[in-house]
Amino acid sequence: MPFVNWLKRRLVVIAGLLTLAYLLLPNVIVTVFSFNQPKGRFNYEWQRFSTDAWRDPCGVADMCGSLSISLQIAVWATVGATILGTMISFALVRYRFRARGAVNSLIFLPMAMPEVVMAASLLTLFLNMGAQLGFWTILIAHIMFCLSFVVTAVKARVMSMDPRLEEAARDLYAGPVQTFLRVTLPIAAPGIAAGALLSFALSFDDFIITNFNAGSTVTFPMFVWGSAQRGTPVQINVIGTAMFLVAVLFVLASMVINNRRNKQKA
Amino acid sequence: MSTLSEAPPPLAPAEPAQKPPRRRGRFTPYWLLLPGMLWLIVFFALPMIYQASTSVQQGSLEQGYKVTWHFATYWDALSAYWPQFLRSVFYAAAATVLCLLLGYPLAYLIAFRAGRWRNLIMVLVIAPFFTSFLIRTLAWKTILADNGVVVHTLNSLHILDLTSWLGWTAGDRVLATPLAVVCGLTYNFLPFMILPLYTSLERIDGRLHEAAGDLYARPWTTFRKVTFPLSMPGVVSGTLLTFIPAAGDYVNAELLGSTDTRMIGNVIQTQFLRILDYPTAAALSFILMAAILAMVTFYIRRSGTEDLV
Repeated sequence: MPFVNWLKRRLVVIAGLLTLAYLLLPNVIVTVFSFNQPKGRFNYEWQRFSTDAWRDPCGVADMCGSLSISLQIAVWATVGATILGTMISFALVRYRFRARGAVNSLIFLPMAMPEVVMAASLLTLFLNMGAQLGFWTILIAHIMFCLSFVVTAVKARVMSMDPRLEEAARDLYAGPVQTFLRVTLPIAAPGIAAGALLSFALSFDDFIITNFNAGSTVTFPMFVWGSAQRGTPVQINVIGTAMFLVAVLFVLASMVINNRRNKQKA
Repeated sequence: MSTLSEAPPPLAPAEPAQKPPRRRGRFTPYWLLLPGMLWLIVFFALPMIYQASTSVQQGSLEQGYKVTWHFATYWDALSAYWPQFLRSVFYAAAATVLCLLLGYPLAYLIAFRAGRWRNLIMVLVIAPFFTSFLIRTLAWKTILADNGVVVHTLNSLHILDLTSWLGWTAGDRVLATPLAVVCGLTYNFLPFMILPLYTSLERIDGRLHEAAGDLYARPWTTFRKVTFPLSMPGVVSGTLLTFIPAAGDYVNAELLGSTDTRMIGNVIQTQFLRILDYPTAAALSFILMAAILAMVTFYIRRSGTEDLV
């Protein structure tokens, strides 16, 4: 039975590729349906090919507005969480101090908490303080939950860093600021970049926490959520497809750059 | 086996200094920690305390709430919504098991078999992250549509008869049934399983596989006795990263399910944002948090990977 043997040897590969197909199937559907011209309000059934939505991506009321709000929040949440998180990870890796255990668990807990619990408790705080729900409460919440992920990403990088490099810099009469800017920061940069990228993705895509703390502000995920009830415009699929393409190009480009650098070093 | 002794030792990360050197300024770490920690204390820890206090309050929206230590709210909430609690645990557990079964081969493929395709497959696993997960979840409505290919195929193979009999689906439909919700949960949290699995598989020294082969272990035995035990840290963190968010999720149950598939997240969301019964909502989310913490602690003890966290 050569076929059975062939199948046996390839079993892992076939199973893995099937999982990959399962992961990518919705993306394929989103892309295909961005070229659909639906009959009613809902874009769930294929009618006929059209490029209308691609030629007029902002043709839906409020969609691009929500997109821009999401982008602004994601950018500021990334900036905030990356700065605060990088500072924390340097303190954790480079110094010994009391309350280190407490700090570690305070950072771990938000990642181990169901989002709905954090969302609800944050809302009780805002209600008790009488805060006006909107852009600022969303931003505060996003910085809060992105922070832990940045710390984890940066810590991993800083921990694997050779401290002798910095000693060498000091031996060569670099001041503390110079050492940090010319040696420490460049080495930690990939970790910081990974943390920042993760923050951006998490913040841009967050629905549950935003849903609780947004008030009447509508971010892009909230727009999609609302449209699921009112009827989904094709333009949502256009944005989804564009986001996927941009992400793939972005990651591929960074890989090409990395490869080139490695070759230059070799 | 001479190759083994000649091979260079596995690359270890640069030895982290046992005692970080003392620097000028004893307070530097505290200054570095202050802003971030303050943020987490004010916007993560403090809200938990507020929520605890809300859960024992009584009153109404118009007249305001007062702390009356009314613990009966917990009892009332639990007796009213235990089916949703059980359902959440069950759905999340089912999704976690499916994620493990589906994710392991893919993680294994990337770690050991992908060769020069490795980077491309990684991109394809990560990139969907950047397309809004709500859009992708809505796409499942199209995939599982009543007159779609999937339902048609399952129907003609009489699989839907079986799943209806088991209570996973209803009649000729998949949408608005438990199967659809579990399918959505599995899909949405699969990357959270694959990435930790991949990380721990990638760390395994390939020479261990060779050694197992030299000792006449068949591939399956090698997997069972060497690869799988060594990937346990990935399995544990993967199941946690899948189970916890899945148990609190309400998006999949709302978009792909029906009123019969409501999970505890849906109840908390409705109580908080529509009914505005804050004490009940706070009690429910506290019970959810406590239940998950208890389960996670138990699980970590049992799997013997306490050093993981």
